[in-house]
Amino acid sequence: MRSNLGFFSDEKFRSIFFQTLVVGLFALGLFFVISTTSYNLEKRNIATGWSFLQNPAGFDISFSPFLEFKSTDTHLKVYFVGVLNTLLVSVTGCIAATILGFILGIVRLSSNWLLSRLVYIYVEFSRNVPLLLQIILWYSILIQLPRVKQSLQFLDVFYISNRGLYSPRPIFESGFSYVSIAIVLALISSFLINRWSKKRQDKTGQQFPVFSSSIGLIFIVPLILFFILGSPMSFEHPEMKGFNFKGGLVIRPEFIAMFLALSIYTAAFISEIVRAGIMSVSKGQREASAAIGLKQTWIMRLIIIPQALRVIVPPLTSQYLNLTKNSSLGIAVGYADLVHGFGGISLNQTGQAIECMAIVMATYLSISLTISFFMNIYNRSIQFKEK
Amino acid sequence: MHKSIIWINLLIWYREAIFEKRYLNNYLNGENNMKKLLSIFAVAAFAFSANAGTLDDVKNRGFLKCGVTTGLAGFAAPDDSGEWAGLDADMCRAVAVAVFGDRSKVEFITTTGKSRFPTLASGEVDMLARNTTWTISRDVNLGFEFVGVNFYDGQGFMVPSALGVSSATELDGATVCIQTGTTTELNLADFFRLNGISYEALPIETNDEGKENLFAGRCDVYTTDASGLSSTRAAASNPDKWKVLPEIISKEPLGPLVRHGDHQWGDVVRWSLNAMIIAEELGVTSENVDAQMSSNVPEVLRLLGVEGNYGEMLELSNDWAYQIIKQIGNYSESYEANVGPDTPLEIARGLNALWTQGGILYAPPFR
Repeated sequence: MRSNLGFFSDEKFRSIFFQTLVVGLFALGLFFVISTTSYNLEKRNIATGWSFLQNPAGFDISFSPFLEFKSTDTHLKVYFVGVLNTLLVSVTGCIAATILGFILGIVRLSSNWLLSRLVYIYVEFSRNVPLLLQIILWYSILIQLPRVKQSLQFLDVFYISNRGLYSPRPIFESGFSYVSIAIVLALISSFLINRWSKKRQDKTGQQFPVFSSSIGLIFIVPLILFFILGSPMSFEHPEMKGFNFKGGLVIRPEFIAMFLALSIYTAAFISEIVRAGIMSVSKGQREASAAIGLKQTWIMRLIIIPQALRVIVPPLTSQYLNLTKNSSLGIAVGYADLVHGFGGISLNQTGQAIECMAIVMATYLSISLTISFFMNIYNRSIQFKEK
Repeated sequence: MHKSIIWINLLIWYREAIFEKRYLNNYLNGENNMKKLLSIFAVAAFAFSANAGTLDDVKNRGFLKCGVTTGLAGFAAPDDSGEWAGLDADMCRAVAVAVFGDRSKVEFITTTGKSRFPTLASGEVDMLARNTTWTISRDVNLGFEFVGVNFYDGQGFMVPSALGVSSATELDGATVCIQTGTTTELNLADFFRLNGISYEALPIETNDEGKENLFAGRCDVYTTDASGLSSTRAAASNPDKWKVLPEIISKEPLGPLVRHGDHQWGDVVRWSLNAMIIAEELGVTSENVDAQMSSNVPEVLRLLGVEGNYGEMLELSNDWAYQIIKQIGNYSESYEANVGPDTPLEIARGLNALWTQGGILYAPPFR
């Protein structure tokens, strides 16, 4: 009896046995799903393969700010347009949600009763109403703006209608490259000045006006250069021609609705994360820094925030991931993102559901893993370094 | 190595055995205590396979599942009393009558332009009657079978009358609302490319969204099948404010479709449609159908099941076509009640008149 059980009482054998069993069952299940799928596809005469990516799409996408898209372009290009549109709304959304979230999180802790209650109402409202409803709400509001012929006009160059926000588009002429080089150089040198002044302050305690000198370098120097070179930039103004405005930059209501809904919804979560982070810093830290005579804003910037960030960053990462994945709801208002363009229209026109969905899923996975990767690097850089 | 191949073969054999309908029926028809349990198992297996045998499936279930639009007046939309009505809804009911002899034995399942094909392919519905254009790629590559045409349509444009446009070629630079995942989306791109004019597409999911965006002025033009435009215009608060442009830029033969490979079921749907068209040709209506039972026209007698055994050939009761005409009416009756000149849609018969009356509606002989 004992000899029969001998193997099983060995912990190493047991763990290998069960792990092999689980992996084996998983592989078997996977095989079953794949073979059943291909069997049924074959039975229904549905062609499989990736060759459809090279076929012309046949339809138009009008929202493509980065790539020129025509109906003769391929489904592969539909994919790239979709990825770029998804990234556009995700990146701008993440930036706006972070800024708004930090401000609201700090205001929520303010001693001003009215302010903190207002933020409380905002947070409870926007995180408890489904995101899809918020997107549709914003879109319905934007759609009720004046028609294109009765556009609202600001400063003679901006036009707002339910077709979007039109603004002049800058056109860079030949000399402008010098200005851009100057801006890049200014950025690098202000970064170096910042490092040098920190080192000097550590050594000697003397401070250097980093902020104002950086502003001077980044804005004033290129501006002077710009005028010396004879203003090598002009604007293309939007003009009403026929049915629509022609020329200029346009931001579509579909994008605005997505951007507003995503950033406002996610900012509510981020503000709670920020509040939790700040409250996690012990009261003694604040009192001690006040005792040595630091200004209120300095206490926040130098003492509280660096410690709070250690608590804030990990859940912040998952909010970024959520926002990116939530951008797939663009389909509700016809925002031409990855799911709507490639995972929707291309899928439907070609009938290659499995291929399209696999590509879309792999893309979201890659975007999410990339965000996690960089946020993890950032997280490590702000961790407490023991000396 | 060798053993694993045997295992895989066993697995494949097992799976094919599950999906083999005959194998299942042997179980189901036999007197077996396990019958009930196995029928549950069979339903589960069928949900995966969506194989041949839809007719038996429908009969066992006791009602027909028919995929229709999310609501397009005249074709398929709930009427004032909540009953589905329209040309496509009648198509569904006709098939239900053919199978069960009862026009109420049908469940209407709404599908969007995009969800309709997966819904049919997965076996969630038995057939689609959903303004679906018959094209080669849908017929061949998507694995469906179009069984006929119940409405000959073409793509048109609708604009506000105030826009002052009289032809689609004047639409350079306009914003166009377009339902995604449709043939109209592709026709639109072709039309503008051919005429060398530009446009901005605003993709929308359903007819209602298109209506909303057009009425709000988010787009200048709405394009879909001319019948759909008439339907949308009829639903506007002031139809005179909207104008359908004269251009028809495509052929859109709309018809019911079923899954590929189930010919028996395909035949049932095809001949339910044809029976309605033939009835119009022969002048058999829901009102005179009882009197026609003693007609002296041989084809009428064959159609109504007095002579011949055409019902049995389809595995239906012999009076199936009689019941369709009695309960639904012939094609003309359905057309006039749902989309004809006396309805808010005001669509003249045009191409949809019988071939003998200047149209192209034509059914193979009933013999």
